[in-house]
Amino acid sequence: MTRPIPKLLAQVGFFALLTWVAWEGRRPEGGVEGPAEGAPLAFREAAKELGVEFTHQRTRVDPAVANLEAHITAVGAAVSVCDANGDGLPDLYAATSAAGASNALYINRGDGSFDEVAERAGLADLNREGKGCTMGSVWADYDNDGDQDVFVYKWGICQLFRNEGQLEFTDVTVGSGLEAWVNSNNATWFDYDLDGVLDLYVGSYFDEEHDLWDLETTSIMHDSFEFSHNAGANRLFHGNGDGTFEDVTEATGTGSRRWTYAAAAADFDRDGWPDLYLGNDYGPEELFLNRGGERFELAEDIGLESESKSGMCVALGDVLGQGRPSVYVTNISQQGFLFQGNNLRVSMLDRGGPMLQLAEGPEAACGWAWGAQFGDLDNDGDHDLVVVNGFVSKSRERDYWYQMSKIGLATGAVIMDAAKWPDFEDRSLSGYERTRVLLSSGGRSVRYQEVGREVGIDDVYDGRAVSLADLDGDGRLEVVVANQQGPLLVYRNVGTVDNRWVSFDLAGTRSNRDGIGAEVLVEYGDRQLMQTVASFTGFASQNDHRLHFGLGPSPGAVKVTIRWPSGLEQVFEDVEPGRVHEIEEPAP
Amino acid sequence: MSVDAPAAAGSRGSFTASLTTPKSLITFLITLLIVVAEWRYGAMGGFRKLAITLGTCVGTELLLGYLVRGVRPPLQSAYITGMSLSLLLRPQAGLEWPFVAGAALSIGSKYVLRYRGKHLWNPSNFGLAVLVLLAPTRVALLSHELGNDILGNLVIWTIGLMVVSRAKVLHVTLTYAASFVVFAVLRAWILGVPISSEVAPLTGPMYQLLCFFMLTDPPTTPGTVRKRIASTVIVAAVECVFRLANDWHWPGAGLVAPAPPIIALFLVGPITLGLDLRARSKAA
Repeated sequence: MTRPIPKLLAQVGFFALLTWVAWEGRRPEGGVEGPAEGAPLAFREAAKELGVEFTHQRTRVDPAVANLEAHITAVGAAVSVCDANGDGLPDLYAATSAAGASNALYINRGDGSFDEVAERAGLADLNREGKGCTMGSVWADYDNDGDQDVFVYKWGICQLFRNEGQLEFTDVTVGSGLEAWVNSNNATWFDYDLDGVLDLYVGSYFDEEHDLWDLETTSIMHDSFEFSHNAGANRLFHGNGDGTFEDVTEATGTGSRRWTYAAAAADFDRDGWPDLYLGNDYGPEELFLNRGGERFELAEDIGLESESKSGMCVALGDVLGQGRPSVYVTNISQQGFLFQGNNLRVSMLDRGGPMLQLAEGPEAACGWAWGAQFGDLDNDGDHDLVVVNGFVSKSRERDYWYQMSKIGLATGAVIMDAAKWPDFEDRSLSGYERTRVLLSSGGRSVRYQEVGREVGIDDVYDGRAVSLADLDGDGRLEVVVANQQGPLLVYRNVGTVDNRWVSFDLAGTRSNRDGIGAEVLVEYGDRQLMQTVASFTGFASQNDHRLHFGLGPSPGAVKVTIRWPSGLEQVFEDVEPGRVHEIEEPAP
Repeated sequence: MSVDAPAAAGSRGSFTASLTTPKSLITFLITLLIVVAEWRYGAMGGFRKLAITLGTCVGTELLLGYLVRGVRPPLQSAYITGMSLSLLLRPQAGLEWPFVAGAALSIGSKYVLRYRGKHLWNPSNFGLAVLVLLAPTRVALLSHELGNDILGNLVIWTIGLMVVSRAKVLHVTLTYAASFVVFAVLRAWILGVPISSEVAPLTGPMYQLLCFFMLTDPPTTPGTVRKRIASTVIVAAVECVFRLANDWHWPGAGLVAPAPPIIALFLVGPITLGLDLRARSKAA
């Protein structure tokens, strides 16, 4: 027996709710409006006029997995900011992947324009049949001789090059202990035992058993979309100080068979020892906590295990401005199919807390997101974000998401076998997605507004790597984007923002020469911001070794505290804004 | 399946017997699925979403039961709906309204969308389909296998088949599974793609909930075995058309791509049930 009036009320409420869901569910992405045209922050793409003409070419793999080749080979575009000639200016090293194609080394002329010198330097011809293809590079002074060397990670045999000076690099891989076949998309230099010599962590993607150009099996893929453990083995190599490296993975407990796309080192638990944060595809992120430089423990119950996603990058920052390490890990969001959401986490480990998840605005859903970097684009004292997106852009009418959704529900044995996946054909998969620029509101409840279109960074290439550096020395960060099968873009910061800034170029003495792992805390007024000198950050990328801080319009007295990896702490009062400060660690 | 299923095990009045009724078993099955999904795979991402969804389902059921019918309604249907939505709904990061709205619409549909005294949609199916169709920019369904683990699948299917067998709706589950496989093979042949990729979705959690809870829900399925089998085959056939439409990139097909079986049941279920109810009414 029903009651007519309550029933009528129920009907009204029901249809009202349906209407609201339809309105809310199709409403365009929310968020704050970006700055109006002519606003102070603006970028202009200027690669060609700066002498940067480089297009990434993908590798081709064994025809046995031709049906999935577009998916498998959709990485390889990479860019690192380095100082190859030791002149203190940021140079660029860009990677391509096709057999026979050359990587490029762009040397900064001093005004932000470049000369390409890779062939002369011996860093061009690294994509040789039988030796694998380049996936990226990490630059650091591993031999503490005062110039930056480079480790090139590859699907194949990675290569270590020693900088001999005068733009001459020698391949010293053989005999270094690093010569082995891996399918790596990342590596990071850091000094885990704080002995003053850099060590190297190499993350792996496909199992090292597979030569992707000469496969013995088509079962090369992940065995689960969320809990996969069948990737290649990650390795930690201890730098012996004589140019050789020792595999200490087992002894230190840093092994992982997750599909690692990114690894970044910073002191997350604030105990003075650098930890390792991994962004893993097909699995949760992993944080290896350094226990006294002798062993690592995989952190548990800190909020990572319950959010298994598709980690693509690990960007390091201090989003709350509290001197507290933050990470931004990109993932996948696709309307109707998958809303993993990017992760923005702040470490509360020193208080016994978790890696606190803060992402909920435009920073959470950027599409199929890859590389990202924190940086103060408008010099207002906050960590902004640049995020590049898009997986495979081919047909504009046909996409692979529906086919992907079928295989996503399969059991492990089916997923692993690339031959069992539907043919990719000419389909796109999250293609033509726009690069995002997320400006931070700063403060303890950080909020981002997406302003890519408004500030002129809105290309729809398949972005992979992004790096930030003040290329022209004008105190404003440029944005460099490496696109898969697309051009290397250089967005010059051409806005009229008049905020102050300061930069630091650190050189270790007791610590490793590059000061990797050093933390710089800048304080002025009631504001503070911390940055860590790191090698790998983002995806397939490395930022400028120099740390750039925005200070807002009138910072007043600026105090700077440097915590060197050696444990030494230096404090500088009344630091002069508007210049790069070269600071050497006091000698023992 | 819902708690309004016929009490196949009889009513012997003892506590032990009550634990083995279809109602209790189906409740046990969904609870087992959720507990394993969370414990083994962290599939729920914590229990907050479960609490919100379950709370909204139960609250809506109590509110509408008292208001519209003046009685305290049984809550097992709300429980099963809340569990199903919690497992399958995957909204945009940070959004909680889809859990609330989905739960309220699911339970509300039982009281509002009725024909000849019966509700027409399985509540979970209604809520999920409406959210996917109306809010695609905010809501997706669980698109990954729970661990892509064959052993877990075997355990769930074994227990699930035992439960639906006891509830005397095994024929529905088996009809759907068989129809799905036949249509998958047909699609693979038409499209020239591996059979495995076409059959693969059947092992996913969306299909487990579909086969054991939504398709087999007695109040929302036709009254005879033959009609139930026919209705189930039609659901599978419509789903097959949806899938082919997506493989061939037909205009508009993307609307149903995230959840072809859920939307097929959403469209076919009320029609076959409505026709059955009308036929039964005429016969009476």
